[in-house]
Amino acid sequence: MGIFSYLLPKKNSSASVAKERLQIIVARERSTRGGPDYLPQLQEELLAVVRKYVPVDQDAVMVQVDRESGCEILELNITLPEHEEQGRQA
Amino acid sequence: MTKIVVVTSGKGGVGKTTTSAAIATGLAMRGYKTTVIDFDVGLRNLDLIMGCERRVVYDLVNVINGDSNLKQALIKDKRVDDLFILPASQTRDKDALTLEGVEKVLQGLIELGMDYVICDSPAGIEKGALTAAYFADEAIVVTNPEVSSVRDSDRILGILSSKTRKAERGEGDIPARLLLTRYSPQRVERGEMLSVEDVQDILAIELLGVIPESQAVLNASNSGAPVILEGESDAGQAYEDAVGRFLGEDRAHRFLTANKKSLFGRLFGGQ
Ligand SMILES: Nc1ncnc2c1ncn2[C@@H]1O[C@H](COP(=O)(O)OP(=O)(O)OP(=O)(O)O)[C@@H](O)[C@H]1O
Ligand SMILES: [Mg+2]
Repeated sequence: MGIFSYLLPKKNSSASVAKERLQIIVARERSTRGGPDYLPQLQEELLAVVRKYVPVDQDAVMVQVDRESGCEILELNITLPEHEEQGRQA
Repeated sequence: MTKIVVVTSGKGGVGKTTTSAAIATGLAMRGYKTTVIDFDVGLRNLDLIMGCERRVVYDLVNVINGDSNLKQALIKDKRVDDLFILPASQTRDKDALTLEGVEKVLQGLIELGMDYVICDSPAGIEKGALTAAYFADEAIVVTNPEVSSVRDSDRILGILSSKTRKAERGEGDIPARLLLTRYSPQRVERGEMLSVEDVQDILAIELLGVIPESQAVLNASNSGAPVILEGESDAGQAYEDAVGRFLGEDRAHRFLTANKKSLFGRLFGGQ
């Protein structure tokens, strides 16, 4: 620590933490933007259901509506934690 | 052709009014006929920053309601030719600010031959901010290098791309440019503040300028003169650069690095 930490650029500075957190939240908020008004609510409820079975992060559930040649596709993306066996114990 | 520009941010207190006053004054100083409108109904402040608070007789809502005509309500700036201020109403309820009413006022300003109309938006993403942005041809998004401000700016960008008249008519997104204000290069270098690159990475819009955190802004508001009139000050010059870029000039960004202390100073002089 001391002198060296002071001279070197800080990787784990509060600014880099801020940037990481922003990138995540902004991506999440953008994913439901422009879609139907119910999307954020749908995302919340889906997250609640998933969490009944697997402990996942706040941003594990992404929903998005895409339009493709006249039909709408609801795209649902759920990221599970790396060690699934850790889910729902106790 | 009149260009309508909204100065907006989502988050409150980030420098919208400071910026509206500076940019409008800068444009007028270059000979563009410019009106700056305060859309912050109930929280009038632009008049103070422009130093014309004692000359307010009528306001935006008076014009909308037909209590006065537009010319009576416009305050002509005493320092800069071609600069006019249209103050917000102090007391009336916010519903007075209808889209039809605002459209009528803007139409009047177009007929008066304005080159630019700068709309100083209230904070938030509710009706007041939507009304200020609705008729805009272009947006300046004012952001501080801080998480909640950046997030709100991103939300405002979403709103600009769907809730303006141009967007509703399918005429596409209005151009929106980023003005990063209250920037402290020292703190960025210490890793305590998001850098301009960080904010640009996240918001992914063109950078109009970076305004340093500056004592000159407070001095300017104390005396009721837009900071751009303080030509010697860092913030004044940064705003002047931003006006140049706004008009399409190619200007290098300044005030992005701290005055370097010597290594000795950094080791022993503290921060
Ligand atoms: N570059 C700067 N350096 C230092 N202080 C600043 C700077 N820009 C703005 N400020 C200060 O920040 C405060 C808020 O500024 P301002 O009123 O322009 O923000 P605003 O976005 O219009 O606020 P509101 O959302 O309430 O309308 C003021 O006290 C102003 O003096
Ligand atoms: Mg303001």
